[in-house]
Amino acid sequence: MGAGHAHRLHVPGDTIVHRMAPEAKIVAAFAFVLAVAVTPRRAVWVFVLHGLLLACWIARAGLRPSLVVKRLAVIAPFVTFAFFLPFLAGGATTEVLGVSLSTEGLWGTWNVLTKSVLGATTSIVLASTTPVADIVRGLERLRVPALVTSVISFMFRYLDLITADLGRMRTAMVARGHDARWLWQVKPIASSAGAMFVRSYERGERVHAAMLARGFDGTMPTLDDRRASPAEWRMAAIVPMLAAVAALGGLLT
Amino acid sequence: MTVPALEVAGLTFCYPNGHPALEDLSFTVDVGERVALLGPNGAGKTTLALHLNGIHRAEAGSIAVAGTELTDTTLPEIRRRVGMVFQDADDQLFMPTVGEDVAFGPSNLGLKGTERDERVAEALAMVQAAEFIERSPHHLSGGEKRRIALATVLAMRPDVIVMDEPTSGLDPAGRRELADLLQTLDHTQLLITHDLPFALEVCPRSIIVSDGRVVADGPTPAILADTALLEAHRLELPFGFDPEFLTRRHRPAA
Repeated sequence: MGAGHAHRLHVPGDTIVHRMAPEAKIVAAFAFVLAVAVTPRRAVWVFVLHGLLLACWIARAGLRPSLVVKRLAVIAPFVTFAFFLPFLAGGATTEVLGVSLSTEGLWGTWNVLTKSVLGATTSIVLASTTPVADIVRGLERLRVPALVTSVISFMFRYLDLITADLGRMRTAMVARGHDARWLWQVKPIASSAGAMFVRSYERGERVHAAMLARGFDGTMPTLDDRRASPAEWRMAAIVPMLAAVAALGGLLT
Repeated sequence: MTVPALEVAGLTFCYPNGHPALEDLSFTVDVGERVALLGPNGAGKTTLALHLNGIHRAEAGSIAVAGTELTDTTLPEIRRRVGMVFQDADDQLFMPTVGEDVAFGPSNLGLKGTERDERVAEALAMVQAAEFIERSPHHLSGGEKRRIALATVLAMRPDVIVMDEPTSGLDPAGRRELADLLQTLDHTQLLITHDLPFALEVCPRSIIVSDGRVVADGPTPAILADTALLEAHRLELPFGFDPEFLTRRHRPAA
């Protein structure tokens, strides 16, 4: 099933992580992130363990660390604000390089930074080793409502088409000398967004008609009856179990 | 008397804005016939097609497929019997892989497991596209997508295939492959088009629809040779196409 639409995120491979049943992988990733989230921020050694476990996953999946780091850039805007915490929070202060910073604030920054890096890296591993089609299938097998899985699946199917549409509209605007640099030049962009919405809506209607024509009755058929084997579940459970034990250790100490 | 594959009688339909799209439209298509439905843009061809398997419901008149009239109760059966191939293949192909898309129709018919897999393999083989089964539809060429779209309805084993503008957006080679392919299928076919040479090549019979009515119905060569008729309904043979060629080629041997 290597022909999904996540061609930009999915890194083809034939490793143990790639082959793992998607539903097991989704649950494992979710459980691992949960373990990270409940880890107390002062239990630094637990975060080190979490990081090592995640590094094992990355290594077994054969992902280049540089690729993972590059993709981590998406969280940059979200964690930026965390760097303001030591300046804004009150309480006891610590001298760092001659600047007086809030101790609480520093722990806050550490907490946000480590948890978001670990969480984002987990989803990078999941997305890099599982085509979107398989993720959707995994969610279906986990009994996520068909409405939700269909929305995800359609979004990925048509995202490329809509982006291409938008690209063509932009090219057509540029070809007629449009060069938006200032706020008052935003009108053509706003109206193209409107046109885009109408076009996508109309396409939605046509797709629905085409589905009805092939006997669609409102429920998406299940096309794949395979399930993760108990062995696969056990394999997938190893990392989140270890992380949970570590988190528990952190909570108790 | 044999029952026609498709019988449309007195079909009338108005758009929600009150503009009449089809007015008292009637025709029949016999089993195994390949008929071109010609007409200018806005003639009501696509609207008619959407009636043929009950996407639009007639305000007046009736549609029967192999003697079964289209009603609420027969709707699922009619949708199986009439395979619609839409103009834009991207509207039709929406599943992550070609194989899953071809399986969508049979799944809706309640087929499962190996029986469904056989249908998928059979349909893809008919359009010579077996190797695309694992591919994503989005990354295929226009001609390939059109063939897969055809396979998605062939997998439902329809009696009648309705194709809306089958040659739009195809390059000459893709158009040639499609013409050859359609001529190998035994199904009754209704091809909606304004590609007149394509109609001539694939369909022995043509119907012209204009302003929601049937204005001509007869052998394709005779219809295309009638330049006055074509002109009256905004249809044109391509530049350099000699209508004389039609009568010469299709004149019975002496």
